[in-house]
Amino acid sequence: MTTTPAQKKCPEYYEIDAELEDLNLTLYLVGEFGLKNLTAFERDIRQEISRQKLNSVTIDFSKVCYLDSAAALALLQMEKDTNYQEIKFLLVNLSDESKGIFSVIHENALMQRSFRDLPDKDSFIRKIGQSSSDIAGDFAKFITFIGELIVAMAYMIRHPETLRGKDVFFYVQRAGVDGLPIVALIGALIGLIIAFMSYLQLKMIGANIYVPALVSFAMIKELGPIMTAILVAGRSGSSFAAEIGTMVVNEEVDALHTMGFDPIRFLAVPKVLATIIVVPILTVYADFFGIFGGMIIGVTSLDLTIKTYISQSIKSIQVFDIITSLIKAGVFAALIAAVGCQKGFQVRSGAQDVGKFTTSAVVTAIFLIVVTDSIFAIMFYYIK
Amino acid sequence: MDVEKTNPVIVVKNLTARFGDNVVFEDVSFEVCKGEILVIVGASGCGKSTLLKIMIGLNKPFSGQILYQGMDITSVEEKELNLYRQNIGVLFQSGALFSSMTIKENIELPLQEYTDLDPVMIDTIIKMKLGMVNLAGYENYSPAELSGGMKKRAGIARAMALDPQVLFFDELSAGLDPVTAAELDDLIIKTNEALGTTMVIVTHELESIYKIAHRVLMLDKEAKGIVAEGKPQDLKKNATDPRVTSFFLRQKPVDPGEKRFYVK
Ligand SMILES: Nc1ncnc2c1ncn2[C@@H]1O[C@H](COP(=O)(O)OP(=O)(O)OP(=O)(O)O)[C@@H](O)[C@H]1O
Ligand SMILES: [Mg+2]
Repeated sequence: MTTTPAQKKCPEYYEIDAELEDLNLTLYLVGEFGLKNLTAFERDIRQEISRQKLNSVTIDFSKVCYLDSAAALALLQMEKDTNYQEIKFLLVNLSDESKGIFSVIHENALMQRSFRDLPDKDSFIRKIGQSSSDIAGDFAKFITFIGELIVAMAYMIRHPETLRGKDVFFYVQRAGVDGLPIVALIGALIGLIIAFMSYLQLKMIGANIYVPALVSFAMIKELGPIMTAILVAGRSGSSFAAEIGTMVVNEEVDALHTMGFDPIRFLAVPKVLATIIVVPILTVYADFFGIFGGMIIGVTSLDLTIKTYISQSIKSIQVFDIITSLIKAGVFAALIAAVGCQKGFQVRSGAQDVGKFTTSAVVTAIFLIVVTDSIFAIMFYYIK
Repeated sequence: MDVEKTNPVIVVKNLTARFGDNVVFEDVSFEVCKGEILVIVGASGCGKSTLLKIMIGLNKPFSGQILYQGMDITSVEEKELNLYRQNIGVLFQSGALFSSMTIKENIELPLQEYTDLDPVMIDTIIKMKLGMVNLAGYENYSPAELSGGMKKRAGIARAMALDPQVLFFDELSAGLDPVTAAELDDLIIKTNEALGTTMVIVTHELESIYKIAHRVLMLDKEAKGIVAEGKPQDLKKNATDPRVTSFFLRQKPVDPGEKRFYVK
């Protein structure tokens, strides 16, 4: 191994030799001085200095073979402290390298006050207030976004040729076709669970025959739409937010603006449209599988034939329920896609923002789904 | 080439930009002349990107005007702003290609949106543009498969898709190796000479400034505005302002307030 000057027989330790002459202390530094032994050698030097009254301290660097900027800084701070005590502090016999290290330390930088204070840690009460007002602000932003989205949709309806059909198709594929297996699986399991649970209860009063009706009623009216919507929020709402957010970070949204494209029309409309097409279909799919899941229990545990199970199910289903269920699914879809896109556009910079708003897209979407569902429940009750 | 000062394409009048209380620059006025390559320089943080973003209609200034063909783009409706945007091209620092599309689709986009050309013609135009930036054959690559320099060149091809009157570049050669940067300079000069495209360029590369700039504007953070304007060679020769000389001679100005520790 070739040795550079720094490696030249540098002992892996340090030594401080003191020499006292009429209140003038000379400290010979030997060896290596750096971050690794800073605490130790600083303590040693300060000890030497504080041992008696002094006129001057001279630090001799002639035997120093390694010095780093932290060690240099520590020495400069000792200089300040000794100067306070009116002791002269001298650094002598520095190599060019050591001088170089001292010269990178800017006194102004050490004294510079931070341009901006960190915001105070807010108290708990304050935080609650802050987040409530954030929620109000978020809601206002969302309403504005919905407005812009509606304008863009209206433009698209008046000028259908401006719609990017390829994009719509792509998202139909991504949100819909790719989502079929999981929607089917969850739908079937939920149907199965409801059937099983109601069977456990109803068999006590010998009302097994009502299980098919209960399953199809629950699936079509509530569970199908809401469960599908939650799945789509997790799968597609999040991916819309992440996709648009990343585009913001990469300046792609700025580029769209400067090319004269409206990002909402260009990025949000195809996604919203695709989701509105897809979610009702997925919902029907989930309903079917839910009824199918119930049928498994019906046939295996309830001694019903497939035929009776189906006819019992069909008896309980009303056209009104199917239509309202599809309307609900469509509204949920619009909410999920709009929230996903809006959160994506809220990203300002950095990977952290993308993560934050992706999460927020899912949480907000699920929240809105549940709230809207309750509104629908009441509304449909009175309409009927 | 001599710039005809009498023929401004864009007139910037008394522009002030600020973020909250932080005034970035104040009362900045200048003109961009037809066919010139105007280079904006200045230390990091002096507001070059901010200025550019206002000039391309992405951000609004605090006050002031930017006139393009008599229209103040800082106050017009979105619709008219889009007319302006069709006449300019912008190259962002990283290229800002749409990552979900191929190179071809990226360049195709403005052509499809703003022209009624048939697909065959559009294809041919794309091939021509890619040839101009030396990327012929890459139309079906996705942006992720290109190197940084190639992305920038593809970005230039997209920015030039509609043969804009003015091209804006932020950080033209940042992050590129010297050879690629030099190629980019050649591309700029060639485009400017062949098509007469006006260019507004932010860059830090001294060499490329000497090579491409017809005129240099220097912004300064402390002065909150333009501290020098002129041909790069003249600025280098005649300047007395320490901020200007220090930039062109690549020296850190001596700050009398700054004390460094020194040792005997
Ligand atoms: N979004 C923002 N919010 C608040 N302040 C900002 C924002 N963007 C820029 N600034 C401030 O504006 C000033 C100018 O920034 P700008 O990005 O225009 O500098 P620049 O000249 O482009 O620098 P560089 O050469 O490093 O790119 C800086 O002081 C910066 O702190
Ligand atoms: Mg910048």
